[in-house]
Amino acid sequence: MSHELRAASCEPDSVELAEAAASWRSGYVHVPFCARRCPYCDFAVVAADEAGGGETERYVDALVAEIGMETAPFRLEAVNVGGGTPTRLQPAQLSRILETLDSRFGIAGGAEISIEANPEDWTDDVARTLRAVGFNRVSFGVQSLDPVVLAALGRLHTPEQAKDALNAARSAGFATINVDLIYGTPEESDASWRDSVDSVLDLEPEHLSAYALTVEGGTGLSRAVLAGAPAPDPDQQADRFEYVAAAADAAGLIRYEVSNWAAVGHACRYNLSTWMMGEYVAFGTGANDHRNGIRARNIRRLDAYVTRIEGGERPRSGSEHLEAFEAERERFMVGLRLVAGVDGGRIGRPFLESDDGRRLTEAGVIGTIEGRVVVRNPLLTDLVARSVLSVSANDC
Amino acid sequence: MTALSRIRNFSIIAHIDHGKSTLADRLLERTGAISERDMREQVLDDMDLERERGITIKANAVRIDYTAASGISYKLNIIDTPGHVDFSYEVSRSLEACEGALLVVDASQGVEAQTLANAYLAIEEGLEIIPVVNKIDLPAADPDRAAEELAAVLGGTPEEVIRVSAKTGLGIDELLEAVVDRLPPPDGVEDAPLRALVFDSFYDSYRGVVSSVRIVDGSISKRDAVQFMATGLDVDVDELGIRRPALEVVDHLATGEVGYLITGVKEIDLIRVGDTVTHTAKPTGQALPGYQEPKPMVFSGLFPTDGDEFERLREALDKLRLNDSSLVYQAETSRALGFGFRVGFLGLLHMEIVRERLEREYDLDLVATAPSVAYRANLMSGEQVWIRSPQDLPDVSSLASIEEPFVKVMIITPSEYIGTVMDLVQQRRGLMGEMTYLSPERAELHYRIPLAEIVFDFFDQLKTRTRGYASLDYEPDNYQASDLVRVNILLNGIPVDAFSTIVHRDKAYPYGKAMVGRLRELIPRQLFDVPIQAAIGTRIISRETIKAQRKDVTAKCYGGDITRKRKLLERQKEGKRRMKMVGQVEVPQEAFVAALKLET
Repeated sequence: MSHELRAASCEPDSVELAEAAASWRSGYVHVPFCARRCPYCDFAVVAADEAGGGETERYVDALVAEIGMETAPFRLEAVNVGGGTPTRLQPAQLSRILETLDSRFGIAGGAEISIEANPEDWTDDVARTLRAVGFNRVSFGVQSLDPVVLAALGRLHTPEQAKDALNAARSAGFATINVDLIYGTPEESDASWRDSVDSVLDLEPEHLSAYALTVEGGTGLSRAVLAGAPAPDPDQQADRFEYVAAAADAAGLIRYEVSNWAAVGHACRYNLSTWMMGEYVAFGTGANDHRNGIRARNIRRLDAYVTRIEGGERPRSGSEHLEAFEAERERFMVGLRLVAGVDGGRIGRPFLESDDGRRLTEAGVIGTIEGRVVVRNPLLTDLVARSVLSVSANDC
Repeated sequence: MTALSRIRNFSIIAHIDHGKSTLADRLLERTGAISERDMREQVLDDMDLERERGITIKANAVRIDYTAASGISYKLNIIDTPGHVDFSYEVSRSLEACEGALLVVDASQGVEAQTLANAYLAIEEGLEIIPVVNKIDLPAADPDRAAEELAAVLGGTPEEVIRVSAKTGLGIDELLEAVVDRLPPPDGVEDAPLRALVFDSFYDSYRGVVSSVRIVDGSISKRDAVQFMATGLDVDVDELGIRRPALEVVDHLATGEVGYLITGVKEIDLIRVGDTVTHTAKPTGQALPGYQEPKPMVFSGLFPTDGDEFERLREALDKLRLNDSSLVYQAETSRALGFGFRVGFLGLLHMEIVRERLEREYDLDLVATAPSVAYRANLMSGEQVWIRSPQDLPDVSSLASIEEPFVKVMIITPSEYIGTVMDLVQQRRGLMGEMTYLSPERAELHYRIPLAEIVFDFFDQLKTRTRGYASLDYEPDNYQASDLVRVNILLNGIPVDAFSTIVHRDKAYPYGKAMVGRLRELIPRQLFDVPIQAAIGTRIISRETIKAQRKDVTAKCYGGDITRKRKLLERQKEGKRRMKMVGQVEVPQEAFVAALKLET
């Protein structure tokens, strides 16, 4: 095991772990297929009844070809296969993707190899097979254990299927199991949220992500809200956050990012590295890559992506290169999401001394520990980030 | 026949949209002063703004030559007057330059309050009036009814009323004959010392101040040494001329004539409307009567949205003042709005025009505070102080009384709306005076109302309640003590000057409650609970709380999302730039604007 990876046995919210993550390199593979489109989702997805929704083999061929186009490969210390719903692919297809990555880049021994899954797809059989082809972490889109909320979110699984899926992953020997929850759906009550959180924590996942339901533009949810359907209430979401934070803490999980908790040694390395401005490669529709200070993104539309690759071209739709100051400010802003805080660097002092910085400090929203700036009220992280944006290069 | 007997000086009095400019254009065209091809509609109105609003802001005089049916040639000077009551002083000076007036009424609308007010002004000035009914070509025209109303108002007969269509030219010849037959010639003394009335003055960036003058007695020539008697300015005449309507330089203006005068003076303050020009060497012993200092009636704070624009605002006001000596302003600092000016206006229309010109011609983005009037505070000490801004009001303990300006209001309305008009006026603390019927369908109502009650939205309300049919005119009518209080609005315990106001005690609570409620909607949540209070002195009369913001975070941030998230935050930050700090509270610029639009 490499020196960096040993850091993964640290406390999830430790400075040591966060700083180590900055040098990790990782890979992401996007699988856009879904049984259907959830009303809140704005990812690059293709539902089964949409054009290309059944053409998984052609897509996997394209993915493999795209990975093969790589000219400057590096060893991957974390791999994440996300979506969409990766489990819409056959285990053999997923295995082929991992093998291609490993042969082109090399996957480090002991690397975190993670897959996102929907409970209804996750049988004992699938669990064993995917564990066997190399996945050691699984992240379930459970969202809620209240059937009313699941229906409102357009999810197809039952609460029982969610529990079964966790047990299957446990039996198959996955080292880290994550549960995704969504809170603040208008159909959700305080009681149903408490039940979902308590029941999920009873299953003892090593990792928990709890996200406030967000109305993203262009989604079915956003259209419904514009048409007069109730929108999530931010005060209620704040209450729900406080509940899950307390419950997770009581269950021995440690919050290390705004919306993420983990047991010791189970922080998500892939996510940590992206928050710490680590380098990552990304393949598939709408995937975003970050290397050498350049963020590049792929075409979102499935047919265009596949056609481009079949024509022998890289499927990029755009890229941006950040100037040194911009990159520094981005590092600082994103780093603020971590409980470990962010090294002040060039920007910390001018920010803390700005009017906004003083007001936020005075109000107890931010603080400093040994040269690091820490957001003490995670629910106001964006408020802090906007204030950071007011700091200009001239101030530094 | 003397030269004087071949001059006719007259103005045209008409309500907005009743066709004054079109009629002037038609007279110019009929007498050959302007060819049809050169005809730009409404030649007399210079500024774009005037043309758009269909009103004349600055007076103008045009000479036309007319050969009457008798074969005699006349010099006719059409002296244009501002149509609005805000400019009644300027109207009176313009009328002073005339011997007669055409009182024009729209055949479909009948007599309106403003027309009547200006007609009375003209009668007071001793002018001969020719009643004219215009737009007789329109399908909705009722010339007989309009003629009867005019006759009733002027005390003549309907047969004396001349019926025209300025649009088609119908009746224009008859009108021109009436001008030379019915209007008297000027009656000045040709060999007396020079007395010339300045009835308009405007600033030209190349020539300096250009003044319109009427030679009352004596005559004036190029290079004469003259004195402006009110300001004591001694200066030489650089240029004399007339407008036909193109400028035509002349060497000489004789008794009874109207023309323009340029001296090279750049300060409009030195050459004021109403002043008398005489010869320095052989001055008249008696200036023409009636000169008045411009007197602002309505005040409002003007603040640049962007604090860096303060100097540009000052320059713009300085430039506007070159053309408008009635504009008064002084720098003012608002805790909430930063640096700006307290500006005095002749009236509401004047205020609106100035604001619009600042924004349009000088590209300024302005926040205007709610208009107020000048109060007079009587202190316990016996001292009297002017209150032009709520902040000027001394502490209650030192106040004996507060007086507010009243106005006499005349409203002409169709009879069916009398009830709703009375109701509106009563809400505005109006005292009913006389009511007379112009005809069975239309009534003229007189009231006495505090000016403060009509400066805000009275006119709009009147129009709404009468479907646009009522018309309004007002004139100042003394100060009177009222039970007035200052309502302060406190944000997080700090008074916000921009929102404080002086109101009648009976209206303090509704104002406070409405403003507090409105602000609660407009001000975003902050890091802490923010109380909003309305208070009279130390007594809180209304209170709301903006609860502290609890959640402002993007729940999910993953590798592929960082660029998008940063751009979203940048866009949100742009909104934050337009915030003003009031103590520890961030208030969006829009909140000031929206809150001040509050209707009580």
